[in-house]
Amino acid sequence: MKIIVCVKQVPDTTEVKIDPKTGTLIRDGVPSILNPDDANALEGALALKDANSDITVDVLTMGPPQADYMLRECLSMGADNAFLISDRAFAGSDTWATSNALASAIKKMDNYDIIFAGRQAIDGDTAQVGPQIAEKLNISQVTYVQKMSYENGEVTVERQLEDGYEVLKAKTPILLTAVKELNSPRYMAVDKIFDAYQKEVTVWSIDDLDIEPSEVGLKASPTRVAKSFVPQNTTEGIFLEGTPEKIVEDLIVSLKEIHVI
Amino acid sequence: MILKKEHELLRDAITKFVEIELKDLPEEIEELGHIPKELVDKLVRYKYLSPVIPKEYGGAGADYLSYAIIMEEISRRCASTGTYITAGASLVALPILNYGTEEQKQKYLKALATGEMVGAFGLTEPGAGSDAGATQTTAVLDGDNYILNGRKTFITNGPICDFAIVTAVTDKSKGSKGISGFLVESAWEGFSTGAHEDKMGIRGTETSDLIFQDVKVPKENLLGKEGEGLKIALNTLEAGRIGVAAQALGVAQGALDECIKYVQERVQFNKPLSAFQNTRFTIAEMATKVQAARLLVYNSALEKDNGINPGLSSSMAKYYAAEVANEVAYKALQLHGGYGYIKDYPIERIYRDARILSIYEGTSQVQQMVIAGAVIK
Amino acid sequence: MEMKSDIKEYKNVWVYAEQRDGVLMPIVIELLGEGKKLAKELGVELCAVLLGHNVGKLKDELVKYGADKVYYMDNPDLENYLTDIHTKIIVESVNKYKPEVVLVGATHIGRDLGPRVSSRLNTGLTADCTKLDIDPETRNLRQTRPAFGGNLMATIICPDNRPQMSTVRQGVMDKAVADDSRKGEFVELDVEITEADKFVKFIDKVKTKKDAISLTDANFIVSGGLGVKEKEGFKLLQELADKLGGVVGASRAAVDAGWIDHAYQVGQTGTTVKPNIYIACGISGAIQHLAGMQSSDIIVAINIDPSAPIFEIADYRIVGDLYEIVPKLIELLDDEQRIEALIESRKIKAN
Repeated sequence: MKIIVCVKQVPDTTEVKIDPKTGTLIRDGVPSILNPDDANALEGALALKDANSDITVDVLTMGPPQADYMLRECLSMGADNAFLISDRAFAGSDTWATSNALASAIKKMDNYDIIFAGRQAIDGDTAQVGPQIAEKLNISQVTYVQKMSYENGEVTVERQLEDGYEVLKAKTPILLTAVKELNSPRYMAVDKIFDAYQKEVTVWSIDDLDIEPSEVGLKASPTRVAKSFVPQNTTEGIFLEGTPEKIVEDLIVSLKEIHVI
Repeated sequence: MILKKEHELLRDAITKFVEIELKDLPEEIEELGHIPKELVDKLVRYKYLSPVIPKEYGGAGADYLSYAIIMEEISRRCASTGTYITAGASLVALPILNYGTEEQKQKYLKALATGEMVGAFGLTEPGAGSDAGATQTTAVLDGDNYILNGRKTFITNGPICDFAIVTAVTDKSKGSKGISGFLVESAWEGFSTGAHEDKMGIRGTETSDLIFQDVKVPKENLLGKEGEGLKIALNTLEAGRIGVAAQALGVAQGALDECIKYVQERVQFNKPLSAFQNTRFTIAEMATKVQAARLLVYNSALEKDNGINPGLSSSMAKYYAAEVANEVAYKALQLHGGYGYIKDYPIERIYRDARILSIYEGTSQVQQMVIAGAVIK
Repeated sequence: MEMKSDIKEYKNVWVYAEQRDGVLMPIVIELLGEGKKLAKELGVELCAVLLGHNVGKLKDELVKYGADKVYYMDNPDLENYLTDIHTKIIVESVNKYKPEVVLVGATHIGRDLGPRVSSRLNTGLTADCTKLDIDPETRNLRQTRPAFGGNLMATIICPDNRPQMSTVRQGVMDKAVADDSRKGEFVELDVEITEADKFVKFIDKVKTKKDAISLTDANFIVSGGLGVKEKEGFKLLQELADKLGGVVGASRAAVDAGWIDHAYQVGQTGTTVKPNIYIACGISGAIQHLAGMQSSDIIVAINIDPSAPIFEIADYRIVGDLYEIVPKLIELLDDEQRIEALIESRKIKAN
């Protein structure tokens, strides 16, 4: 049995700061990390492997050559094989084009039973690539998985809702996306880190995939970024004055207007 | 120093572990007085407890640089956990690894790596501290057993150990060459421990005397040959010092981290402390010394990994890093002012934890003796 | 990807009328409010798509809230949400009726359905939008959303493909106002559901009561310090916190005074928090406290002493007695009509 886990290397957005002078995003020195939800997805796959050593767990990512480092992290956690699709042709892909490229790599990896991905990546928070891969592979999906088990070719999952959860069952092949409540990802063991660097990471360019340059990258992306900007913060605090009634009214109306309550 | 990717990834691994698993630990174990079992289990699982123990004995089979990085990053947050690791990972493991028989390795080294047994290293005695040759504990051969009598003091993990490596005089006439090493199990009759020492710092570790009263130690538990005891102990300390030096580096870095955080938060005279020149110059000096300590520590680990005897380099690294840890902790606390003197801020604990570093596993003065002996010919 | 040559054939604004157990999700009313504005600007109709079982009365509700037309399907297979079935119905209906904009609530279900539909339609989808407007020149929908954990905002367009799809964050768009006299048209959808569409089987649905929120995860924190003066005062703060769906916090001084447990302490020796709103009541703002809460998105400080250091980092500064202010806050939060009237009157003034 084979599980493919889709992972992404992302900037640690908690470390992203805004340049107070220019108002732009400072990306220099921001560490790149394994996307947190993806770590939950990988842990989900590895937990199944712990219980059944016949399971192979392969990780797949799309990104620049530096993503090799994150793939070594996945191998150090216990993944068996790592695949990187990397090509200038992929640059500028939106989620539609990204899922196109990843789906074609998955077709080449072949023979999968479960595809696991994180619910969403912290740099974009779109939660779209998982379902879009499923669509392009023409398989079903269950997103927001907070609990799962696997038995006799069938998964039983809890799908998280805002006010509870649903229990769903499906045969494989199936794509699942993990939320953080699914588990606590394991850490890297010392010996596995050194073993990870003995392994080969398979790197595919667009020529290795059954996909045309016109089907990926910026050109193939239906969405465009028209502009980006740093949200305006109220830099100076304001004193609310007047009678207690007026103070309270001003406060609530202000908070309502900026949609925080 | 530019590290290999493996070592960078190892550092990321430990950092992540520390961030989550040791988040509130230092404050908790101050009260608790020991390392929680669940944490030990995790240290075992990820082999942070057994970096240099070979894979065939259940360890990680990694190098000394890895060991140094683990000690540094763990101690940066929690010196007590660092002490727990070094007590097992190097002080007890190394003598068995280097001098033990295959049976001893199977029985004790494996159990150490897998966390089934806790070990202790018993060298220091009430009358033999820096002067390890003055050992008074005796082991007298009687048939198939040695009969062990005496007392070891300030032994880390003493109250909880399953076995201890103990040095004892087997032939008084040979002086320091008449001292031998033994593997002694705590369950054996006549083995007892003294009171739990109430220490100034590293309060998450348990320290006590080990007391031997006619303990029967089977002959096969002699470590190495008769008379090799002091050699085994000193060789162990040479490499083991890399671990403690890395611990000191971590404590120093931790104190610096806290200081940098505080001086940016604290406002006096309408500006953050970090805007004052005195603060800036002090922090520059601290940061430079911490980095210098790092280079000494890593260099010593790399020497060991490349088959070079790290005796001198590990003494220099341990001496310097321990002194820097104390100096940086002092200055960091000073920049905290009154807040540094109360337990609200971690620097109060770090200051106390740092104090042991220039004392145990060879005081700074013993390191100076070693260094002077090597450079003055 | 190929550009759609028939882009001009697409018109009207659609809203996915997500319902659970026969009740419309609150976001649907917001989508109808926003959708109406967009439809007006584009000079087209606002339509809702309703899928479910025994949801007939919701059709009228959708019209009441502004839908000109309701596309619906009422079928036992639609009792519970299943991705494959909903995707199929919406994709086939979009291909048949060709809306230019499709709005979906960014709920767990909307974020499951949206990407699946957009992918099959080979069009773009912008996730979790907080602002939508129309470019008057191109008629393109400008979709603004946060990225990089809210550090950056991006405006996304989908110029060459239709429909333009967005999932929309709950709570940011103005709600539609109900009008009982509105009339609308109902169009039943006819899509065949086969066994193959039931690959994923629904087993059960469980509602869970939310566990008490932890300080770290709370979006709203009402925190008290020495100015609270007594244990009883924290009950008042708790009341305000409950109103906001948040939790109570405390400064060390209040904890040391024995008014509240240490578990609630925010600051250096307590918990570090980063809520959307932090309301500091009677907290002077010692450095240990500030260290634990200064990264909060919005800080409201209520203190009698105008020179309290807390005011230096507060966005909204209220010099006054918390025992006068907090009860009035609770009172006003209870009175949604009055709040709405206040907002309206402000708008009129601004114009």
